[in-house]
Amino acid sequence: MQERFILKVEDLTVSFDGFKAVDALSFYVEPNECRVIIGPNGAGKTTVLDLICGRTKATAGSVRFHDQELLTMREDQIVNAGVGRKFQTPSVYEDLTVFENLELSYPKGHSVFGALVFKRDADVRARIKEIAETIFLEGQLDEKAAFLSHGQKQWLEIGMLLIQDPELLMLDEPVAGMSVAERKKTAELLNRIIQDRSVIVIEHDMGFVADIATRVTVLHQGKTLSEGSMERVQNDPKVVEVYLGH
Amino acid sequence: MQSSAFLSRKEMIGFALLAALIFIVFPMMLDSFRLNLFGKYLTYAFVAVGLALCWGAGGILSLGQGVFFGLGGYCMAMFLKLEASTPENTSIQSTPGIPDFMDWNQLTELPWWWQPFYSLPLALFAVVAVPVVFAFIIGVAMFTRRVGGVYFAIITQAFAAILTILIIGQQGYTGGVNGITDLRTLLGWDIRTDEAKTTLYFVNGVLLFAVLFAAQYVRKSKLGRLLIAMRDQEDRVRFSGYNVANFKIFIFCLGAAFAGIGGAMFTLQVGFMSPTLVGIVPSIEMVIFCAVGGRLSILGAVYGALLVNWAKTTFSESFPELWLFGLGGLFIAVVMLFPNGLAGVWSEKIEPRLLALLGKAPADKSAPDGAPAE
Repeated sequence: MQERFILKVEDLTVSFDGFKAVDALSFYVEPNECRVIIGPNGAGKTTVLDLICGRTKATAGSVRFHDQELLTMREDQIVNAGVGRKFQTPSVYEDLTVFENLELSYPKGHSVFGALVFKRDADVRARIKEIAETIFLEGQLDEKAAFLSHGQKQWLEIGMLLIQDPELLMLDEPVAGMSVAERKKTAELLNRIIQDRSVIVIEHDMGFVADIATRVTVLHQGKTLSEGSMERVQNDPKVVEVYLGH
Repeated sequence: MQSSAFLSRKEMIGFALLAALIFIVFPMMLDSFRLNLFGKYLTYAFVAVGLALCWGAGGILSLGQGVFFGLGGYCMAMFLKLEASTPENTSIQSTPGIPDFMDWNQLTELPWWWQPFYSLPLALFAVVAVPVVFAFIIGVAMFTRRVGGVYFAIITQAFAAILTILIIGQQGYTGGVNGITDLRTLLGWDIRTDEAKTTLYFVNGVLLFAVLFAAQYVRKSKLGRLLIAMRDQEDRVRFSGYNVANFKIFIFCLGAAFAGIGGAMFTLQVGFMSPTLVGIVPSIEMVIFCAVGGRLSILGAVYGALLVNWAKTTFSESFPELWLFGLGGLFIAVVMLFPNGLAGVWSEKIEPRLLALLGKAPADKSAPDGAPAE
């Protein structure tokens, strides 16, 4: 029997010195759903992703991915369970080539010994080539990541996630800081990669959100303000008041 | 395409040049006293190579490598001391058969933890194992708690201070501030003769190359690239599904193992081990060897150790009181002017000109004999 939800976030709370950045938040993500989280600055959007991927420790609540409780797991264990995370600012390894960046994200040889004896075989090369084509970087494989443009670095980081092939992909403002042309290409790329997996996206660009979202969660002061389809959320008077109105 | 060969053509030449220098040029040019001195310098190169991996590649700055050098050296010294302390040699002591400094400190019995050092295999095992176990404990305590950067450097320095104080304080067990001296033979072979010192110099050279090849293997493996990735974007590595702490512990232990071997070779060639080689100052000097050589380059680390130590000997023979200022100035100069050390100067300044002199533009990759460039 297929489970109804791939991710169950319940009563998730984190407080920083008494300030509740995320306050008893609950939401559920279905398989193959693309959930977009929007909200004003300081609403706690990035913190929610940080809590799910283990970067920030929760004060209370539970995050269940399939049947595993993520809150007690280490970051790398969460990743290996199938949760991928892209950061807001592109974080790639600048001193390594595009090829090496992708190779390090390839889901093999992740133990110390495994990394020592890891062989760059035909499978690895083929997979890296395939991903590089998807992210428009097949011509830059031997270039150091430091020399890529901002948009290309974003793509590379998306590629590094793709090669992990996570079941749940979390993207933090994937089109921020991009030119119009790059933004269009990225939207096309994201549309392709969000197939066959669940995705949680934080985004401000409403046109882009309307384009990809299955459902939208509006956060405000660490709580859910509204949830549902884009249309429903856009017409919710509460949302209009705090967020979309200005 | 990506070069995955163990040694690129350029690196092969670098290794060959260093081998020629150590195995041919030095032994031919230097008298036995100077050759022994260079052998001593090269023992520091073991530490510097480990630092090139830990610090240069992995970004883990340890200011306590002297601890591991010292532990390796003491393990070797304990074996040699026991061999030198036969009942016949020590018959004037109130308890013959134990090391002299124990007798001076009213010990009447060899402590239990000295017992294993009667055996050479166990002592050699300890030369590597004791530093590694120690590094492992520090590594687990620090890296799993995500202590890094400056904090880690300071803590390693504290360990260097603690070990020195411990060794000096426990005079009866360790020989105190004098260290373990008057070492004579290794399985009956007198290590104080010129011939023995020359032989040990070559053994040292071979071991150094074994360490260099091991370091090169690590650098060329995926683990080597992971180290660089961790240095630049630790979080990204973590969120690519790696347990960062394990990798840091591994490379720190590897550096400690290298340092331990260097320490043991120091004891054999110089004939003593003392706390002055363990503490804060030697530990920082070891970082300077690595920085001067170029912290990203394992061969550079060897040249750095050779050059700084040679300069130290030369200057301190003529101006003993000025040497420390010279060392400080050298370090500042390297950081300000040549952040990539000798290796950087070589690959950025000298090599392109050399190639131009030979009639080869640096951009022109085709080899003169028509062989395909790798």
